[in-house]
Amino acid sequence: MSGLRILVGCKRVIDYAVKVRVRPDKLGVVTEGVKHSMNPFDEIAVEEAVRLKEKKLASEIIVASCGPQQNQETLRTALAMGADKAIHVLVEDKDYSNLQPIHVSKLLAKIAAEEKVDIVLLGKQAIDDDCNQTGQMLAAILDWPQGTFASKVVKKDGSLDVTREVDGGLETINIKLPAVITTDLRLNEPRYATLPNIMKAKKKPLTTKKPSDYGVEIKSSHQVLSVEDPPTREAGQKVESVDLLVAKLKEAGFMKS
Amino acid sequence: MLSRGIFRLINETNCTKQILACTSRRCYSTRPEISQSSNLMDFGTRKIFSEEHDIFRQSVRRFFREEVAPHSEQWEKDGQVSREVWLKAGEQGLLGVNTKAEHGGIGGDVLSTAITWEEQAYVNSSGPGFALHSDIIMPYICHYGTQDQIKKYIPDMTAGKRIGAIAMTEPSAGSDLQGIRTYAKQDGEDWILNGSKVFITNGIMCDLVIVVAITNPQAKSNAHGISLFLVEAGMKGFNKGRKLDKIGFKAQDTAELFFEDVRLPGSAMLGEANKGFYYLMQELPQERLIIADVAQAAAEWMFEETRDYVRQRKAFGKTLSHLQTIQHKLAELKTEICVTRAFVDRCLESHNMGQLDTETASMAKYWCSELQNKVAYNCLQMFGGWGYMREYPIARAYCDARLQPIYGGANEIMKELIARSIVKK
Repeated sequence: MSGLRILVGCKRVIDYAVKVRVRPDKLGVVTEGVKHSMNPFDEIAVEEAVRLKEKKLASEIIVASCGPQQNQETLRTALAMGADKAIHVLVEDKDYSNLQPIHVSKLLAKIAAEEKVDIVLLGKQAIDDDCNQTGQMLAAILDWPQGTFASKVVKKDGSLDVTREVDGGLETINIKLPAVITTDLRLNEPRYATLPNIMKAKKKPLTTKKPSDYGVEIKSSHQVLSVEDPPTREAGQKVESVDLLVAKLKEAGFMKS
Repeated sequence: MLSRGIFRLINETNCTKQILACTSRRCYSTRPEISQSSNLMDFGTRKIFSEEHDIFRQSVRRFFREEVAPHSEQWEKDGQVSREVWLKAGEQGLLGVNTKAEHGGIGGDVLSTAITWEEQAYVNSSGPGFALHSDIIMPYICHYGTQDQIKKYIPDMTAGKRIGAIAMTEPSAGSDLQGIRTYAKQDGEDWILNGSKVFITNGIMCDLVIVVAITNPQAKSNAHGISLFLVEAGMKGFNKGRKLDKIGFKAQDTAELFFEDVRLPGSAMLGEANKGFYYLMQELPQERLIIADVAQAAAEWMFEETRDYVRQRKAFGKTLSHLQTIQHKLAELKTEICVTRAFVDRCLESHNMGQLDTETASMAKYWCSELQNKVAYNCLQMFGGWGYMREYPIARAYCDARLQPIYGGANEIMKELIARSIVKK
């Protein structure tokens, strides 16, 4: 084995800087005319894969994205960051709202098998639906070990040491390859795509597939009943001194009098 | 969507503004113009750009938001930017974007480097003299330098390890460049340089400065007796003077430079002797286009900054944006900004094909810098008293705008250049 083959999942989401608005029909959020970008956790996953390749531990990086035509721009960005080839599973707009983590997991499992990859790197969750399911389901489907919420990944002979961010602190586990890794915020700081790499990315292969090519049917098992705005925050008040602050806190019952 | 908040927090300073973009149809012909988009600084707009440019713009925008904007205040206090930001810009491949890769640059087109000019204006930061370094100094070296000079300077300049400047203006010669007094006398193979320069952008931080000097005082006019020299910081007799105290461009290390018997080897001459004035004339259209595009981008930024403000500032029980006088002012400004963008984009496109002429570039420089000042004046007015406070970014933008009709050839000179071709027979 000359080097690991890595599959990275890249979801296209509404950009983190955009203030999302609920659609008038309350069945989702406004996506039309809104800036999208790669899910930041997936960006961290791409970065980790590229670093493994730079350390000569990985030989090829394949990036995949499931969604409408515009996902190709997300994939181009991943290619510009250093991935080698891209697979776009084209999910038509009408089906896209039904696309759930289970479907993406099934699709990624098929791609992982077809491409004979050793590691699947995914963001721990997407910042739009916050599902945090795809990595875990994928590991179950493939029957591979999983290292979720990774803040450090170290390659060992035939296995990986994965440091996980868990409630109690950091947990380091050793998992055998092939494996599924999901990334946490502190794993790395993703690079910016540079112009020469953006130009090179233009020439890298990008294949378009359909869910049916992988025998996956996009049918939702649940239905969205309503999407609501979070409650608006009310204005606070300024206090002149610490004493006054303490008094106010006592008054509001946040401190024992 | 809890995790969205985390990325908001870590980038708090970078996302004060909502970035909207048209993401539907991306192919070249259907890209919307800025008048059709919900924000004048949207991604994915303007027919002159491609999808690759959009990806590059994302990187560049992120760089300026994360590595430049948060430091602006400190740099204004320091009167200069950090060395670090130059190195970071170099590492990111944002310097020498339009310099050929075989010369040691990045190898991008004019439109790509224009993205760096615009994105810097979009964070309202006039501190880093990147455009001057990358698109004025580096082209001089690449166009007129020897292979040795290119090899010696360009890769380091692309990396941000060497900062470039150009010294034309003197205390008593600005627009009348032929009136300079700095001179270089030949001494065997060497040249001995004497004189002083003023208003030099990147003056304090520069490691390399192109000095314009008289080499043939007997020439029938000074234009035929001017040469360019590559002078390095640290050469004996080359002294950097005080950092000039300006009303704007507070984070820019504009300085005086002094040359006292600086001994330069023959290899320090850029191009041929006595052809300096001709070289300067060749390169000026690009400088004017940079000023035009930066002015236009600054106007776009000021418009959006003001739009945000009037939509939340309350007066007479409603937001300012409810007042017709404000609405009409915004309508006027938006129209003028969008009309001007159309012309600047044509200039950028022409220049990308090597077809931009001096007259057109002069028109762009003159028009855009005047517009920038008009927009600055009117936007600041809508901020009222707060707009006059330096803590409000619009105040900084107002002061920065004032320089634009002056440097890079005063607008009076632009009109001269435009007029010349109108009346000539």
